[in-house]
Amino acid sequence: MSAEPTILAPVAAEPPASRRRLFGRLLTNPSVAIGGFVLIVMAVIGLLAPVLGTLDPTAINPSTRNRVPGFERTIRADDGSNSTFKHRMGTDSLGRDVFSRVVYGARISLVIAMTVALASVAIGLVIGLVAGYVRWLDGPIMRVMDGLMAIPGILLAIAVVSLFRAGLAAVVVAIIVPEIPRVVRLVRSVVLSVREEPYVEAAIMAGTRVPLLMARHILPNTVAPLIVQGTFIAASAILVEAILSFLGIGIPPETPSWGNIMAEGRNLFRVFPHNILYPGVFLGLTVLAVNMLGDGLRDTLDPKMAGR
Amino acid sequence: MLGYILRRLISAIPVLVIVAVLVFLMLRFTPGDPAAVIAGDNATSEQIALIRNRLGLDQPILTQFTIWAGNLLTGNLGESFFFKKTIVELISSRIEPTLSLAFATMLIAICVAIPLGVLAAYKHGSWIDRVVMGFSVLGFSVPVFVIGYLMIYLFAITLGWFPVQGYQPLSQGFAGYAQRLVLPALTLSVIYIALIARMTRASVLEVLNEDYIRTARAKGQVERKILFRHALKNAAVPIVTVVGIGIALLIGGVVVTESVFAIPGLGRLTVDAVLARDYPTIQAVILLFSGVYVGINLLIDLAYSLFDPRIRY
Repeated sequence: MSAEPTILAPVAAEPPASRRRLFGRLLTNPSVAIGGFVLIVMAVIGLLAPVLGTLDPTAINPSTRNRVPGFERTIRADDGSNSTFKHRMGTDSLGRDVFSRVVYGARISLVIAMTVALASVAIGLVIGLVAGYVRWLDGPIMRVMDGLMAIPGILLAIAVVSLFRAGLAAVVVAIIVPEIPRVVRLVRSVVLSVREEPYVEAAIMAGTRVPLLMARHILPNTVAPLIVQGTFIAASAILVEAILSFLGIGIPPETPSWGNIMAEGRNLFRVFPHNILYPGVFLGLTVLAVNMLGDGLRDTLDPKMAGR
Repeated sequence: MLGYILRRLISAIPVLVIVAVLVFLMLRFTPGDPAAVIAGDNATSEQIALIRNRLGLDQPILTQFTIWAGNLLTGNLGESFFFKKTIVELISSRIEPTLSLAFATMLIAICVAIPLGVLAAYKHGSWIDRVVMGFSVLGFSVPVFVIGYLMIYLFAITLGWFPVQGYQPLSQGFAGYAQRLVLPALTLSVIYIALIARMTRASVLEVLNEDYIRTARAKGQVERKILFRHALKNAAVPIVTVVGIGIALLIGGVVVTESVFAIPGLGRLTVDAVLARDYPTIQAVILLFSGVYVGINLLIDLAYSLFDPRIRY
């Protein structure tokens, strides 16, 4: 074991200078900069939702149903004084303020995006490492993954949702399941190519134990592709949540998610298109930002793919 | 070649078997008693027992699977709880709208996306390229149903060119059929155009640097012919592959688009079945869609040698 660090040290750590250069390259990539900026704005909107002039996003008000954007409602306080509240994006068919729901919706979408991306990358990473490293498990694991990938993603998500009672957790699980096989394939292919590398063979010869071998030599090679993959998973998670909620099989309808606002606005779309347009714009902008971030990350981390 | 086709066909079987096992196990993974879930909240214990018996849930799991798989192989997909019909009847009554929508979408997507992608690659780095790429990223980022409602708002409500929703079978006249198909197919084609245009651009871009393109230019070949005859043909394999992979997107999109445009197809059936927790129907639809997806990708694999004679089996 004592010889090990001298063999491994040069390959294990990247020199800090190149890391700083990588970070600089990331920030000067326009896709990363624009996508990142929009995402930060969305995150701030979500975090500051209570102080952005919003009402309770679930508060029902039968007297002001289906109002157009800009409608002003007079609120009478307990002491008899009047104040007006402007419904910037109008109200829905239960009198809820659409602006408040859209702003709070940023929270739901971003939380789902991050949870799904982290969870599917983590689960896929573990399964992929096992499939790539434990030879006899490779076949069975990959056949199951092939089977899962043969079921179109949204359909698989719909099927998983149908198994549970409607709720946020069911939706998150339903979005994670179809993403896992893609991560597993990616990780497995990295493991298979890396373990043929001379420095990994050298480490094996030197008697490095499997956990250390994984942590030092194999995992670092999966980081860049997984960051890129994770970003695209986050984008698709936001879309799939919206689609499931829109179809009426997503998270409970009173929860202010962009998909739910649009699902609610479906019936009266001809008269009040704003219930679909506003959340649609926010959702499209967010997913666009995540996709741009992903494209930029891929171009920077994998220069071979630049400009494709 | 024949040997290869056979080998490929046989290799698709394990995947389909695994899909069938996964779909079968799905119902057994339901937390709690699936019979109770199907029966609903107000069911008596006798009703639950009846459903359990009809589903064969009182038998050992291996027996259940054998019976189910045996039925599947003889084309007996079972009976829908909710629609009170056999699933074969149900699916065949819903297949026309879905097939029409899928074909129309493919047609629009391929006719629009491939020229766009070739153009973007040819004018690499120009504003045309940026517009095509920008559209492509945007197409991936807006949910299908938002595009659908925008189309309805613009072309049906504001301009009045097309009916808002609905479907008319082909047997009732082509004009009405086509008129009602335009908006849904346009809607669904957006994401597909984005996907294919992007891949066409990348693939043609790579080919344009090859020596034979320079040779073609040197001998004075017209640019249009260079692009569509020399470049596109050699760039075809990845493009055809992505068309196949995109079938998954198309199937997902069908489910949503049919809901937006009130089209009584298989996608709408899937959603209705999930809302009613009609498990036999859900299983059948998933199996059907997955089978189609695997089958199309198999055909595409086999078609490679048509596009690239260097590929020999």
